[in-house]
Amino acid sequence: MSNNGRPLSPHLSIYRWPITMTLSILHRVTGVGLSVGFAVWAAWLFGAMLGAEAYAGVIAMLGTVVGKVLLIGWSFAFFFHLSNGIRHLVWDMGWGFEIGQANASAWFVLLTSIVLTGLFWWLQS
Amino acid sequence: MSAGSLPGRFLAAFVAKNGTGHFWGQRLSAIALVFLGLWFAWCLTTMSALGYADAVEFIAAPTNRVLLLMLCGALGYHSYLGVEVVIDDYVHGTRIRPVSHNLSRFAHAVIGVVAMVSIMQIGPGA
Repeated sequence: MSNNGRPLSPHLSIYRWPITMTLSILHRVTGVGLSVGFAVWAAWLFGAMLGAEAYAGVIAMLGTVVGKVLLIGWSFAFFFHLSNGIRHLVWDMGWGFEIGQANASAWFVLLTSIVLTGLFWWLQS
Repeated sequence: MSAGSLPGRFLAAFVAKNGTGHFWGQRLSAIALVFLGLWFAWCLTTMSALGYADAVEFIAAPTNRVLLLMLCGALGYHSYLGVEVVIDDYVHGTRIRPVSHNLSRFAHAVIGVVAMVSIMQIGPGA
């Protein structure tokens, strides 16, 4: 596509990647992941309703290496989406829109979700 | 159709109503999920969800049953609204978009009903 020498509007890729962009993408990715997790949560309940054998089957699937990795992923997705969701609710009230505040809250959310994920699995064991 | 005409105003009001409905639905279910989600995560740390007997006992307890049903409703609704936005953002075909929306509706309805029926069916004697 020729632009005939006209000025281009600055493209996103010329900016230094800001942490807020990572968080925005992660919010959507974890959200979609948790939607899939909703089905797994339902399968857990369904297995419990069907009986001990079906339940053991569900637990066996979640107990495989892939299952465990997914469970850890879902736990992080849950705590991240929850923490960042609260960040969004605070924004909805009109607070924290300055660049410095948005960057600080981004790091705070990231740290909080990692700590909560670690705490969750530490309490499991 | 100009925005000032009567049908135009109706359309604008309809779109605006839907838009704010989506906005509030997403926020209110989000606030509910903060509490219900943390409650469920906490419960997972205090019981062994891996054991059949423990899981059934947990799900069958009256308070837990009510909270699980509320969690299911809020989770399914919030997930449905979120997936709807994702479809609107990435699926642009005039045919594939409504098909995607209907698939999402169907999937959320099925998963939600399966979860709710399971919660209600699980009794202390199961």
